[in-house]
Amino acid sequence: MENLDALVLARLQFAFTIAFHIIFPSFTIGLASFLAVCEGLWLTTRREVFRNLYLFWVKVFAISFGMGVVSGVVMSYQLGTNWSVFSQVSAPVIGPLFAFEVLTAFFLEASFLGIMLFGWKKVGPGLHFTSTVLVAIGTLISAFWIISANSWMQAPAGYAVLPDGTLTATDWWAVVFNPTFPVRLAHMALAAFLTTALAVGGASAWVLLRDRDQPESRMALRMAIGMFAIVAPLQLVVGHASGEIVRDHQPLKLAAIEAYWETRADQPQSLVGIPDRDAAKTHGEIAIPGIGNPIQGVSRDTVLKGLDAWPREDWPVVWLVYWAFRVMVGLGLAMIGLGLWGAWCCWRKGPEANRLFLMSSVFMAPMGFVAVIAGWIVAEVGRQPWVIYGVLRTKDAVSPVGAGQVSASLLAFMVIYAIVFSAGALYILRLLNRGPAPHEEAPTQEDRAPGTPLAAAPDEEAP
Amino acid sequence: MDLPLIWAGLIATAVLLYVLLDGFDLGVGILFPFARSPAERDAMMNSIAPYWDGNETWLVLGGGGLFAAFPMAYAILGPALYLPLMLMLLALILRGVAFEFRLHGRRRGKALWTAAFAGGSLAATLAQGLVLGGFIQGIKVEDGAFVGGPFDWLTPYSLLVSAGLAAGYALLGATWVIWRSEGQLQADARRWAWISGGLVAALLAAVSLATLLVHPRIAQRWGYEGGAFDLAAFLPLSPIPLLGLAGLAVIAWGLRKGSHKGPFLGALLVFFSGFVGLAAGFFPNIIPYDVTFRQAANQDGPLAFMLVGVAILLPVILGYTAWVYWIFRGKVAADAGYH
Repeated sequence: MENLDALVLARLQFAFTIAFHIIFPSFTIGLASFLAVCEGLWLTTRREVFRNLYLFWVKVFAISFGMGVVSGVVMSYQLGTNWSVFSQVSAPVIGPLFAFEVLTAFFLEASFLGIMLFGWKKVGPGLHFTSTVLVAIGTLISAFWIISANSWMQAPAGYAVLPDGTLTATDWWAVVFNPTFPVRLAHMALAAFLTTALAVGGASAWVLLRDRDQPESRMALRMAIGMFAIVAPLQLVVGHASGEIVRDHQPLKLAAIEAYWETRADQPQSLVGIPDRDAAKTHGEIAIPGIGNPIQGVSRDTVLKGLDAWPREDWPVVWLVYWAFRVMVGLGLAMIGLGLWGAWCCWRKGPEANRLFLMSSVFMAPMGFVAVIAGWIVAEVGRQPWVIYGVLRTKDAVSPVGAGQVSASLLAFMVIYAIVFSAGALYILRLLNRGPAPHEEAPTQEDRAPGTPLAAAPDEEAP
Repeated sequence: MDLPLIWAGLIATAVLLYVLLDGFDLGVGILFPFARSPAERDAMMNSIAPYWDGNETWLVLGGGGLFAAFPMAYAILGPALYLPLMLMLLALILRGVAFEFRLHGRRRGKALWTAAFAGGSLAATLAQGLVLGGFIQGIKVEDGAFVGGPFDWLTPYSLLVSAGLAAGYALLGATWVIWRSEGQLQADARRWAWISGGLVAALLAAVSLATLLVHPRIAQRWGYEGGAFDLAAFLPLSPIPLLGLAGLAVIAWGLRKGSHKGPFLGALLVFFSGFVGLAAGFFPNIIPYDVTFRQAANQDGPLAFMLVGVAILLPVILGYTAWVYWIFRGKVAADAGYH
């Protein structure tokens, strides 16, 4: 019982810390690219609006990136502290993927971030732009390796089990480019771009509601609409491809997503309902018969496995997977709608002229984050009880650490993250509420006039 | 090729670089409460702001590298040093976000994040000292897994190491500030360097003696038996403590002469000698005193695969890291933030 509690707590702690962490990369991956585009446009067109946008959003980026870094350091140690058995089993195969993430992405991002934030006047415009581009590339390389490792855990490939039970890699190419990886990487990268576009668009709309002529916000809103009008429909296609991969590699996850209780041909498509794992049925379900199989891309007479094909103790928490999936898809459809509406507004009198559109954009601003977290719940809860699918069960992966220590650290994480998140959100929202300035302050790194006594400065921290 | 040995060297290098680099920026945080004014604190923070993230990445490489290259060691250390590691991570979060938050907070917010930066830097340092002390004194292992208790790391020895590390980081921080500042702040930093340097000399001596007593393997390695040294064992290792003494001398000389860079270089020497001195005590163990680095090493396949990457990437990383340090060279101004 002691061990079971420690397991539940360790899972809670991992879920909490990784859900907190993923918020920041899913924003900074897109924002870094947005900043690179703004700086590139500033250097080529010399239009002040792009310079101001860069210097405004880089401040938001700095806060978000810092929070992403510190919550990410936690992840690199938590595998050892809380999931030591997993570490030892998986390291021969996916250890190098984590090492490559540090070597190819983290150092690149961390070093050139310094230039990006503090080097505006220290290096030439070309070098500064290069630094921004390198940070943007770094965020994508980081996504590459971590999604590769996660995808390998979802559908392991390129490995063999040695007689003593340890794993060994037989084909590195097959490990890195495992079957679910390419589509999942595309899905996550597009999700990050969508999340950023919604946030940038929503923040700009907020300023335009107050001042519809604000030039930087008008430009940023148009750029954001351009982004999500194209990416949201594309995401539907990639998301569907991702679903087909789940169907082929993790049929149990698909059964939970769609609440297929029984194995049969011609599955009905469940729209909403309350899945009940104990009763093995969905209460109050609204379902459309006849379209389940075509939506999964198979003919109506193909038999799709239901949950009854697996022992009940192997079922994930069905209602959570089912609803997280519906939240994600519902928000995705809303994003497509917002994109079409925005494009139509741009073609007509301009989005700033339509207050209802601006208000909807503000409402949708945080929805990318919600969709990302919902999507990861589908991916991670849906593959339970396995941590390495079909190879290692989550309950066998946990560290020999008592419940007392795990609960103490979990509580500490909750308190510290609540403080850090509240403060970070406050500072970001304050910046967004102010909006870009017409002459957004340039980063300064000029030398102080010699002889200016530091101690003479006013003591603003005095109570 | 002896892949486990190469990787042991690489991980040791990553940890050493981490201690030296994040050491000085954590040290600046430890010294924060002693600054004369908020403007002085701003200048201190600005002197490390472009670097801290890169410095901390060596810690991620240490953790990620240990996972990838010595998974058994990673899987033992995590549970064995659970609480101090968690304390370190939480403290690093608080002081890491403080770099940005301090710029955005208004009066009370700024005061809060100033305190979080100072407190987080000190707590992270003390936690690292407890990790180090808990590691050196030995970890109970059976069948390749940790079998000790949750507070095994908490001993007078680990507390002593922890205090020593805090003094050491403060010394690195103070000498860094001497190098990167001028005027009143530099004069203050010289005073901090004298004080922390004195503490380091005393605590380093205490830790060195305590380490000889904490485990018979270490005493044997240094040829220490029954209160006397066996010179045949001690002499080959004697350059290590001599290097530390030389480092302390360089610091004292640099402080007296008013040198800008000298004290920092001396502090790096002291840390280097301390690092090698401790490593000499437990090598070839990677988990003192039951698991050697060969037992804990990953299979040759992944080690070779990663080594190809390291051979290409590490020189590039060192190159651009040095370039970033060079870009932001020179004395820092109090108002050098980007706001």
